[in-house]
Amino acid sequence: MRAYLSVFRLRLSMGLQYRTAALAGIATQFFWGFLILMVFVAFYSQSSIDSPISLPQIADYIWLQQAFLALIVLWFRDNELFQLITGGNIAYELCRPSELYGFWYAKLLAQRLSGALLRCFPILLVAAFLPEPYRLNLPATFEAAILSFVALLFGLLILVSISMLIYISTFVTMSPAGSLLLFAVLGEFLAGMIIPIPLMPSWMRSIVYALPFRFTSDFPFRIYSGHIPVNEALKLLPLQLAWLAALVAVGKYTMSKALRRVVVQGG
Amino acid sequence: MKLFGKYLLILFKSQMQYRTSFWLMSFGQFFIPFSVFAGLYFMFERFGQIKGWDFYEVALCFGVIHMAFSISECLGRGFDMFSTLVSNGDFDRLLVRPRGTVLQVLGSKFEFTRIGRLLQSLLVLGWAVYGIDVDWTFAKAITLLFMVVSGVFIFTGIFMLVAAMCFWTIQGLEIANIFTDGGREMAQYPLNIYQKWVVRFFTYVIPFGCVNYLPLLYILGKTDGSPLLHMLTPLAGCLFLVPCVLVWRFGVRHYRSTGS
Repeated sequence: MRAYLSVFRLRLSMGLQYRTAALAGIATQFFWGFLILMVFVAFYSQSSIDSPISLPQIADYIWLQQAFLALIVLWFRDNELFQLITGGNIAYELCRPSELYGFWYAKLLAQRLSGALLRCFPILLVAAFLPEPYRLNLPATFEAAILSFVALLFGLLILVSISMLIYISTFVTMSPAGSLLLFAVLGEFLAGMIIPIPLMPSWMRSIVYALPFRFTSDFPFRIYSGHIPVNEALKLLPLQLAWLAALVAVGKYTMSKALRRVVVQGG
Repeated sequence: MKLFGKYLLILFKSQMQYRTSFWLMSFGQFFIPFSVFAGLYFMFERFGQIKGWDFYEVALCFGVIHMAFSISECLGRGFDMFSTLVSNGDFDRLLVRPRGTVLQVLGSKFEFTRIGRLLQSLLVLGWAVYGIDVDWTFAKAITLLFMVVSGVFIFTGIFMLVAAMCFWTIQGLEIANIFTDGGREMAQYPLNIYQKWVVRFFTYVIPFGCVNYLPLLYILGKTDGSPLLHMLTPLAGCLFLVPCVLVWRFGVRHYRSTGS
């Protein structure tokens, strides 16, 4: 466990080095959030139809997505790991006296956390002071704030275990681009990153609720805005944990299988 | 122009060497805007309209913009990847050849996998044209074509500007995505749904309004005033390329080599 912890710390401080990149990222994400929200404001401005989620709740949803983008998107990738697999340097990794799954897991986790730590605070801060329809509101209740934070952390763990599956699939396919692209596009849609899940038609929603992707971003952000009340969230939390356990188990199993037959590429 | 064709042919052959990867990427490229479009469809299913625009009208806009974007991304990939050319000093080689730099950078890379995206936008456009409530005339069809062409010019111009920035910064900048990807995302809805200042910026500074708004009004028959003027606005959008080329020339003159 201590080995994983130090890998984690090393990666975290490495990620925190890139401050200018983070600044540019903040500006970009800010613009995106604004753009997306403007479309929603336009949609909401005219319709008298009552929608299943209110505009301030959408604003929370979008801003939290933008602020914690590094924690919730699948296309964040570590080219180093892909090169290890396709280039044959995986042999060195196998020599290390620690188990590979945990080692990579810690690495990916730290990368995402360092990315998010740099970016989230400025975005949250500025978004909280915007004029009315665009503003990021305070969390619904104190319990909701705590619970959404916990859910976000578990969601992050789920996300990393999903992306571990993508890396493991590279052992078989040897070309990361295709599987990554498909996973990323599908996962993004199913996590409610294109349009918020409450706005989807009901048949689509039943598909989304049956899959783990929604727990990474949709679930914590809706707890925050009070769209999912606290007592209901407490009921869903065990399901989230079950998904996490299942994904890690599958990842560990497939990884050990892939490693048993691993072909070291290159000469 | 003949040289351009040759560049095209060689790069196409080289990409076809990796056939499986090519098809997989094209397939994936098909799905990226597809998921966005699905989102758009669901939104309209719930809300019905956006500031008076119905689904097919917005789909037409979406199709035009995405088609223009995918064409210019395919052709202008060289500019998109230009930062690597500058940072490892390979741009020097282009300068000593007896041809224009614009042509050479344009020919340095093509991304044929964007065909997936192109196909998707074609489908959307077809659906929109079929479903929309417009009696098509020759003039309107021409206007539609102009819209796509003008969009290609504008996106290529933006790619060029971003690349020209590399002359000073050496690195590529993430913030440039605001103008390329951001421009695309924004222009897929008719412009007037946005806040005033955004509309102004994207009409007068980067003339997306000439691509997706003014000619669209003409096609839908929502204009008052001279139809000819609205028909020709896309051509005005094409003029955007002129200052971009000038900035590029200016940048080339200021270029200092890096690398050994």
